[in-house]
Amino acid sequence: MTNAAQTSPGPIRRWIARATVRPEPAKRVQFDRPLLPWLFLAPQLAVIFVFFYWPSAQAISSSFYIEDPFGFGATFVGFDNYTDALGSAEYRHIASFTAIFTVLVTAFSLGLGLLLAVKADQVIRARSTYRTAMISVYAIAPPVAGLIGMMLFDQHIGPFVKLAAWFGWEMKVGLNYFDTAFAMILVSVWKQVPYNFIFILSGLQGIPQSVREAALIDCKNGARRFFTAILPLLAPTAFFLLIINITYALFDTFAVIDVMVKDKAANNPITLVYKVYVDGFRGNDIGGSSAQSVILMLVVLVLTLVQFRWLERRVHYG
Amino acid sequence: MNRIRPLDHLILILGTLFMVMPVVVAIMTSTHTAVEIHTGGLQILPGNDGYDTYQTVLTRQGGFTGQVTGARMVMNSLILGLGFAIGKIVLSMAAAYALVYFRFRFATLMFWVIFTTLLLPLEVRIMPSYQVMSQLGLLNSYTGLILPLLASATGTFYFRQFFKSIPDELLEAARIDGAGPVKFFIDVILPLSKTMMAAIFIIMFVYGWNQYLWPMLMTTDERFFTLMRGIKQILQVWVGSQIPDYNEAFALAVLALLPPVLVVVVFQRWFIKGLTESDK
Repeated sequence: MTNAAQTSPGPIRRWIARATVRPEPAKRVQFDRPLLPWLFLAPQLAVIFVFFYWPSAQAISSSFYIEDPFGFGATFVGFDNYTDALGSAEYRHIASFTAIFTVLVTAFSLGLGLLLAVKADQVIRARSTYRTAMISVYAIAPPVAGLIGMMLFDQHIGPFVKLAAWFGWEMKVGLNYFDTAFAMILVSVWKQVPYNFIFILSGLQGIPQSVREAALIDCKNGARRFFTAILPLLAPTAFFLLIINITYALFDTFAVIDVMVKDKAANNPITLVYKVYVDGFRGNDIGGSSAQSVILMLVVLVLTLVQFRWLERRVHYG
Repeated sequence: MNRIRPLDHLILILGTLFMVMPVVVAIMTSTHTAVEIHTGGLQILPGNDGYDTYQTVLTRQGGFTGQVTGARMVMNSLILGLGFAIGKIVLSMAAAYALVYFRFRFATLMFWVIFTTLLLPLEVRIMPSYQVMSQLGLLNSYTGLILPLLASATGTFYFRQFFKSIPDELLEAARIDGAGPVKFFIDVILPLSKTMMAAIFIIMFVYGWNQYLWPMLMTTDERFFTLMRGIKQILQVWVGSQIPDYNEAFALAVLALLPPVLVVVVFQRWFIKGLTESDK
């Protein structure tokens, strides 16, 4: 890392260099056969080419065309689909909702997961019970979580609606923009906390007893000890989880949203991925939907690269 | 360190309740009648009508063509979960073995070709994926349901990390004994990977079973509906009904959530091991 920083010029050049340089061989000794490795790789490569690279290439190419909805050919329009998407107020509105949604879901599910994991790490009794309870929620599918969420926020039978009415908040999930967003975020957080809990708890349990004892001697204050000694050791886990959580909020919440807005996307909060789906499959706007897909691909790529570059330096790999 | 910490337990108990209550409520409510739920709200105690509701949900011919029952959807979900998990293990073990244990031209390029797929989830390329599937004539088939989901490198990544942690000495010893790559794979790698395979099997089964978007797009023919697709269906039917079949919706939700929950709870140790050891 540091060597590369001194010798090569731009960050992109450096990244490309890192990507093309032959990495350390995974093993000191390796088999030397011309054909066999390709046989082992063939099935995976075939699936990836047909179902990953081909569709991705098609998304890029059709994002430059406007396709006739009745299937009579397509017209090349250059970057029109992109400028149309980025220029529309609706798209920008959805993009900003997606950003807020992602930040809130990531922050709350990481925060709650961290809080519960730290507490579960400190107690001895019943730790495995807590973990079992958490893990069972992890296994629930997002659409099922969405359905249960719908019920909890149902106009007639939903306890949350009754609770809110108690405080004078007339909740109308599915009709009111803010209320739907609230319910969506709550359900998405609920579904993601266990994942963070499992990882953070396992990270905490991996901290050697000797380190904990040393920290205990050096620092009497529990909170300070946590922030100065324990949290830095958790950084690799936290970094990994941050990426996973952002990806979750951006993409995996699709099912929660789909179940909760019940096909009435018009005046309900939706995320960018949902918009790709609505425009492509409901609106039959293949070019526009593809352009949005490509924009999302770029967002994900940039996000991943930035995170790796920016966060790598702040993380203590223990 | 060993004193009892009431405050910690209080936070944990509240947190766990927050997490688990919705599931308990779903299970309990599914055993009441729709009218009871409509008038009495969600239930936290078991009712008496669970048997009838589940029997109806599992055996009634539903949908537009009358070809899909709950049992059929359970079977389809099972096929998707098992097919996906087994396919994933086979594909990714083979690919990871090639990447770790062989020296060959373009190995680095292949590494990047495979691991780039980790960056872009299926959701961002659904539209073209759908078009590719329809060009290949794979809509409404189990192959079309499973194969596209396999186009990601998660499993390969897990196995690659695991193979790298296997001591080099094993390979050296095997080579001295004259074992070739295939023999080494079958006699050494496979037995060593049992736990890892089990862990990945569980993770992938849950992932496959829980798929929503792709099965929803792929299957217009109700014979291929999975439970997740059925959940979408049941919500669409609701619009306009007097007293919605809350009980049946909950029963379907319970059917959809119980298998993956049971699998991860029973095989917890493997599951956590597989999940957390992969990020190293």
